[in-house]
Amino acid sequence: MSDISITVRPPVGMITLRGDMTALGKATKKVAACALPPMRMSTASDTGRLMWMSPDELMLVCDHSDADRLVADMTQVLGTAFTTVINVSDARQIFDIKGIDTENLLSKLMPVNFDTFAETEVRRTRMAQIPAAIWREGDRWRVMCFRSVALYAEDVLRNAMPVGA
Amino acid sequence: MSRRLRTGGRLIDRSKPIEFTFDGRILRGYIGDTLASALLADGQIVMGRSFKYHRPRSVVGSGPEEPNALMQIGEGAHFEPNQRATMQPLYDGLVAHSQNAWPSLAFDVGRINDFGSRFLPAGFYYKTFIHPRAFWKHVFEPVIRRAAGLGAAPTEADGDRYEHQYAFCDTLIVGGGIAGLTAALGSAKTGERVILVEQGATWGGRAVVDGATIDGKTAADWVKNAIEELEKKDNVTMINRCEGSGVYDHGYVLCTENLTGHLAAKTGPRERLWRIRVGRVITATGAIERPLSFAGNDVPGVMLASALRDYVVNHGVSMGERTVVVTNNDDAYRTAKVLIEAGLRVPAIIDTRQAVDSTMVKEIKALGVSVHTGRAIAKVHGNAKVTAVSICLQSGDGTVLQEIRCDAVAMSGGWSPVVHLWSHCGGKLWWDEERAMFRPDPDQPPRGADGKGFVITAGMASGALTTAEVLDDAAEAAGIDAPPCESSPEAPILPVWMMPEGADHALRSKMWLDYQNDVKVSDVRLAAQEGFESVEHAKRYTTLGMATDQGKLSNINGLAILAERLDATIPQVGTTTFRPPYTPTTIGTLAGEARGAIFQPLRRTPIHDWNEAHGAFWEPVGQWRRAYCFPQGSETHAEAVSREVKNTRQSLGMLDASTLGKLIVRGPDAGRLMDMLYTNMMSTLKPGRCRYGLMCDENGFLIDDGVVARIDDQTWLCHTTTGGADRIHGWIEDWLQCEWWDWKVHVVNVTEQFAQIAVVGPNARKVLEKLGGMDVSAEALPFMAWTDGRLGDFAVRVFRISFSGELSYEIAVPASQGLALWTALMEAGAEFGATPYGTEALHIMRAEKGFIMIGDETDGTVIPQDLGLDWAISKKKDDYLGKRGQARSEFQKPDRWKLVGLETLDGSALEDGAYAVGEGVNDNGQAIVQGRVTSTYMSPTLDRGIAMGLVERGPDRMGEVIRFTRIGQSPVEARIVDPVFFDREGEKSNV
Repeated sequence: MSDISITVRPPVGMITLRGDMTALGKATKKVAACALPPMRMSTASDTGRLMWMSPDELMLVCDHSDADRLVADMTQVLGTAFTTVINVSDARQIFDIKGIDTENLLSKLMPVNFDTFAETEVRRTRMAQIPAAIWREGDRWRVMCFRSVALYAEDVLRNAMPVGA
Repeated sequence: MSRRLRTGGRLIDRSKPIEFTFDGRILRGYIGDTLASALLADGQIVMGRSFKYHRPRSVVGSGPEEPNALMQIGEGAHFEPNQRATMQPLYDGLVAHSQNAWPSLAFDVGRINDFGSRFLPAGFYYKTFIHPRAFWKHVFEPVIRRAAGLGAAPTEADGDRYEHQYAFCDTLIVGGGIAGLTAALGSAKTGERVILVEQGATWGGRAVVDGATIDGKTAADWVKNAIEELEKKDNVTMINRCEGSGVYDHGYVLCTENLTGHLAAKTGPRERLWRIRVGRVITATGAIERPLSFAGNDVPGVMLASALRDYVVNHGVSMGERTVVVTNNDDAYRTAKVLIEAGLRVPAIIDTRQAVDSTMVKEIKALGVSVHTGRAIAKVHGNAKVTAVSICLQSGDGTVLQEIRCDAVAMSGGWSPVVHLWSHCGGKLWWDEERAMFRPDPDQPPRGADGKGFVITAGMASGALTTAEVLDDAAEAAGIDAPPCESSPEAPILPVWMMPEGADHALRSKMWLDYQNDVKVSDVRLAAQEGFESVEHAKRYTTLGMATDQGKLSNINGLAILAERLDATIPQVGTTTFRPPYTPTTIGTLAGEARGAIFQPLRRTPIHDWNEAHGAFWEPVGQWRRAYCFPQGSETHAEAVSREVKNTRQSLGMLDASTLGKLIVRGPDAGRLMDMLYTNMMSTLKPGRCRYGLMCDENGFLIDDGVVARIDDQTWLCHTTTGGADRIHGWIEDWLQCEWWDWKVHVVNVTEQFAQIAVVGPNARKVLEKLGGMDVSAEALPFMAWTDGRLGDFAVRVFRISFSGELSYEIAVPASQGLALWTALMEAGAEFGATPYGTEALHIMRAEKGFIMIGDETDGTVIPQDLGLDWAISKKKDDYLGKRGQARSEFQKPDRWKLVGLETLDGSALEDGAYAVGEGVNDNGQAIVQGRVTSTYMSPTLDRGIAMGLVERGPDRMGEVIRFTRIGQSPVEARIVDPVFFDREGEKSNV
């Protein structure tokens, strides 16, 4: 028996925000209570987790049912500023990886240095042959990939489990 | 006769005898044996046949450098050829077979090549098998392939698992000998992250075998202490049975760990590929002893001196009872000492040097061993086993002075540092005349991004020879003080590349350089004589160093012979390139997890499973699988496609169009960007409306097409082709980030956010109205309009666009709702005979309408004007991507091949890709062509073959009949017609 569990998460809300980071940070603070995260990091609130994606892109992970409302609220707060807020909740799949020595399993698939992985860090990386992102959520790892390759992602994760698990 | 000694063998456990089979015979060995040592212990000296001459060969080394003792290990799905017996640990039940011998290892018919070897010199194949031409493929190659080759290819799919592992460290140390351990102890002290890998099962390397004294302890004790100390450190990871295989740019190193090769009960992955990102690499990879080139140096029983003592010390196995040592340096004297201590006889040491009186030599002389200085071996006697050696003067022509009876020969031509990992990324070497070796040049290391060297060598890999030198060098690499150690000075080596130096052709023809590829001194000399002077050319002409051992024993000796022949110095000739991996790596290890169902990612639409459950025949489109058609019962694919087209045209069809690319382009400058990306005017498109558009590259060639929808003042939605989604997204970002970085536009790829379903056919509107919730009438939602709304329970965006020529709605819904909406539409459409259709029906319907397809009508050389799409190119715009390219004179030529429709006179379908035949032939004697077919189908709607093609001045030649090629048949006649075959006025879609 392995001590690792891999769970396919039910639909989660995901919102892409593009534009000037300061402006975006103000809107997320006001609407989702998430301050602007530093480069490659994330911030969290009761509403969700706000993740740094690139110098002009953030992603807010929230409840699936909240996504449309949050998009509307943030769009309104941002007003005429050159920003883009889009609900992309259905474009990706999230997995929970929980258990003992999960980093060892994940490091068979991802070129990620887990020894230096900060508590609030978000890594946009690769899992076997697909793009993926990974971050910590409490006692587990969250792995995100595109929806169309979700089955492949699950297969490679399970394949990497110790034999006999 | 080789045998197991009564005592000794530090690695074997005599209390644990095990059985294994070799060529079907059951043999016995001990835990701790290698396959090679166990075979020798059982008196099995001949372990293989050579590649070209099929000469009997025995093991010559004891490590990864072994060229001869290659075995086939395992059976069935776990079979692996070309395994080195020296690196294969023995386990209970191991099954090994010899290879490259027929009918048996003891009697090999191929040996006849050896007796005719003067007819098989270097370049023989190049010179001989040239004429007649056709013979190469049908006669020569099959015969040569059967005669040559090493192990057999496995007949079953690989039954083993493999995996990759990513790792990161500050310092990676390759090699677990005393140099590697010293470097690890030093690096560990700094607190940095250290990984130490060792290719073998045990730590300590040569020092333990050779019995050095370090820090007042025996090497074995010192190593034991070092291991214990390192194991206590949290910042050190030690991995044995793990080879450093390759060093790459940016501090990237591949190591190959063998996980189950030594186990009888194998579970889990067989090998693990470590993909390590390092700050720096310390290579403590040791050195490899060089053979000497004398006649008969490949006769079984001739072995590297160091290997011979390895077998005695490590496994308690001797090659023979009477061993003659032949050397040009002090190190081989250690072998004599080990043999005498084991109770074996050393009738003579043949030393090419004139006068040697170092401590080591004196010590051996004092044991009563007769040392013949200035002498050489003229010839080894024996066929399948050494029986004697003839002795001559090294400085002579080989005139025999004396014959010495013996059954083994230990040879040492000096040591070559293992510089492979140093060299993989460009580390340079220098030739040390005194030590006769290529050594890493610390001033020219492989450099990282910061311009500093990221590989350091330590110990023998640096060219150090004595234990004290090794420790000093390794300690310096790690920045610590070396443990105290004293080594008595050794007498210098005398470089000897041929023995004796005046050997004639007959002797040179029996001096092996490359055992595995059967390359001899005479072959390299012939290559030089025939003008292959570059070391790289000589290598390829003779195949020196091209075998699976990559010349670990032969390269230096070979290039020295070449240098001698060319009257050049060794550094002038230089080495061939060192390329990873260090030793052969299983393809399965490189593939890792990527096999079977996860060989590569398969992209699935939200409706994929439904399609599969309903009998979809899949077509790969990029990494997507799309339904080609949905055969029912015993239907052929053609019948299914025909039914899908007819049902759609007559009533109702549905297509899973989710794979289409969907890019949101948004911002104050979005309109400006859209006008640059597309050839037509997109900035004037009104919100709520759609427009078909073309994208060209900067050369003017058509690269993508699709329908654009204006969402609001600042937002456009671009539909791309399925294959174009990622490519076009990257293309737009490239322009935005590199050229128009100050334009205020965001591009977001929402391809996967939405499922998209095309509802097509005369009854399409009725189905949508049945679901209800929004007005989809011609008035509310006219052709080329879109609207947001609710269809039944679904929040949707409905586009009134058509790629089929029918009344058609494309409905986008969040992907999580895709399957539910599809099912609801199928149910609502049941009364109209709703028919799911695949890509082939889609293609046929678009071709009936004369719509182009990117990749069919375009191939990277076609501009929109060639396809009669001038209407989609704005004349009002100052610029768009491709405008300048399209203005080039080549594109203005009146004889360009342009798009037309094609109808065969007999109603048949033209062949895909067929050429239109012109008059006469070109300068190359090829038929002149005047066009080609780009799309061709049997139209179920028109019940005849239809095609589109590019034809020279095509649109000017309407009605003309031209001929198209057919494979294996005479050309077929077809008439040039309008490319729109069906509903030319577009009445069906605009209702």
